Amino acid sequence: MPKHDTPLLDQLESGPWPSFVSDLKRMAKKKDECWDILGQLELSYKDKITHWKHGGIVGVFGYGGGIVGRYSDVPDRFPGVAHFHTVRVNQPSSKFYSSKILRQICDLWEKRGSGMTNFHGSTGDLVLLGTTTPQLEPIFYDLTHDIGVDLGGSGGNLRTPSCCVGRARCEWGCYDTQAACHNITMTYQDELHRPAFPYKFKIKFSGCPNDCVASIARSDCSVIGTWKDDIRIDQKAVAGYIKGDFAPNAGAHSGRDWGKFDIQKEVIALCPTGCMKMAGDTLKIDNANCTRCMHCINVMPRALRPGKVQGASILIGAKAPILDGAQFATLIFPFIEMSTENEFPELKAIIEKCWDWWMTEGKNRERIGESIQRVGLPTFLSVMGVEPIPQHVREPRSNPYVFWKDEEVEGGFARTVKEFRIKHNL
Amino acid sequence: MAKIEHKGKAYEVDEDGFLAKGMEEWDNGWVDYVKSIEGITDMTDEHQKVIDALQEYYKKNGIAPMVRILSKTTGFPLKRIYELFPSGPGKGACKMAGLPKPTGCV
Repeated sequence: MPKHDTPLLDQLESGPWPSFVSDLKRMAKKKDECWDILGQLELSYKDKITHWKHGGIVGVFGYGGGIVGRYSDVPDRFPGVAHFHTVRVNQPSSKFYSSKILRQICDLWEKRGSGMTNFHGSTGDLVLLGTTTPQLEPIFYDLTHDIGVDLGGSGGNLRTPSCCVGRARCEWGCYDTQAACHNITMTYQDELHRPAFPYKFKIKFSGCPNDCVASIARSDCSVIGTWKDDIRIDQKAVAGYIKGDFAPNAGAHSGRDWGKFDIQKEVIALCPTGCMKMAGDTLKIDNANCTRCMHCINVMPRALRPGKVQGASILIGAKAPILDGAQFATLIFPFIEMSTENEFPELKAIIEKCWDWWMTEGKNRERIGESIQRVGLPTFLSVMGVEPIPQHVREPRSNPYVFWKDEEVEGGFARTVKEFRIKHNL
Repeated sequence: MAKIEHKGKAYEVDEDGFLAKGMEEWDNGWVDYVKSIEGITDMTDEHQKVIDALQEYYKKNGIAPMVRILSKTTGFPLKRIYELFPSGPGKGACKMAGLPKPTGCV
């Protein structure tokens, strides 16, 4: 395939940030279909419109998802991207790799694909960008037989779950996010590979409320680590911070002079519930009034740690704007156990209850968050078998359109006008 | 649009091999052709039942049924549908039934 002139894209080779254009050009020396990727992209830059056709349904036998079909709408000019399907490969928890497996995947992709990838897609998958339909089954065969990895999810199903780095290298992980992510992925392979849901469903695992995988915004079922008992305080380390031995926020703000660390100003006064104070040289936390926002722990990681009674909160229903507006997830279960040894029975019960209900009640292409909006939070809570608690709302409703059930009202709803007219004659 | 030939008859299809004109051009020859490319060895009454259910639903409602409605009307759990149509209800059964290509975030 010939080189194309790419004056607009060439401009993106200057500047300090790693240039995807330079990368593509380097790959094009080995895989000349990359020239056509550049050529079609240049045309899109010029025309200010995409040159991919609508949709595309391709896949491998046995699965209903995992591969996103794509065709060029100018295949005669750019035959190298006439077919340009994307293969989603299920990534390891927290994306730790050995160079061996990456080499294996690269060898496979250089042989059967464009050589271009996306490390990683927003949902977490390792994304192999651009191949042709006849290559799909061979790719799948090699992935599963030689490399031992499976495809990720796409379509109306469980999408590839993902997690933060967790206890692998973070002292705040309140449960083993990697074990949970892996266990849930393996348990629900069928739901991941064969679309059976009204729409997509995502699960993300964060070890603490810092939420490094943004589960509260990007997953229908958000599992966020937390603790029930007291924050662990090392008073000696607190004194170290006050003295200036340790940099606040582990030195995250060292790029600018913010003055000497002031525990009053930077921690105590910023606590959202105002539940902290210094009593002499001792830092006190009124844990009953702590909302576990992580701020004080984030500022003084050597001195403060999450409590020992750890678990997770479950929030349901985050989604992007389409159709009826963006949503963050809503708190449904304030605290559940996350037992790795027992393979997360509480979490699985919750997930399956959500699915049982949503698979029958959810409308076509309705995210679970929208289903909850439609039927109301109280109905969803009763489906989930949860007693309403104040923690379920940020504030009580301000309108008085309150529904009552027949049995909650003395005398029920059955009335006759005749009876009413005895006292209220026309 | 490409044309494919099967046993002397031509069909107009898109890149993914879905019938461009849908059920208008659909016939038994088409079923036989899709069978040959979608990993189906023998056509059975069960295959026919799925196709009939899809076509009936599409004619009545103008869209393909949701997976669980297809399962309900045919009585086949999803597992059985994949046994019948290895590519699944969308790429396999809908293609064979002559329904339009599934769209959206697939």
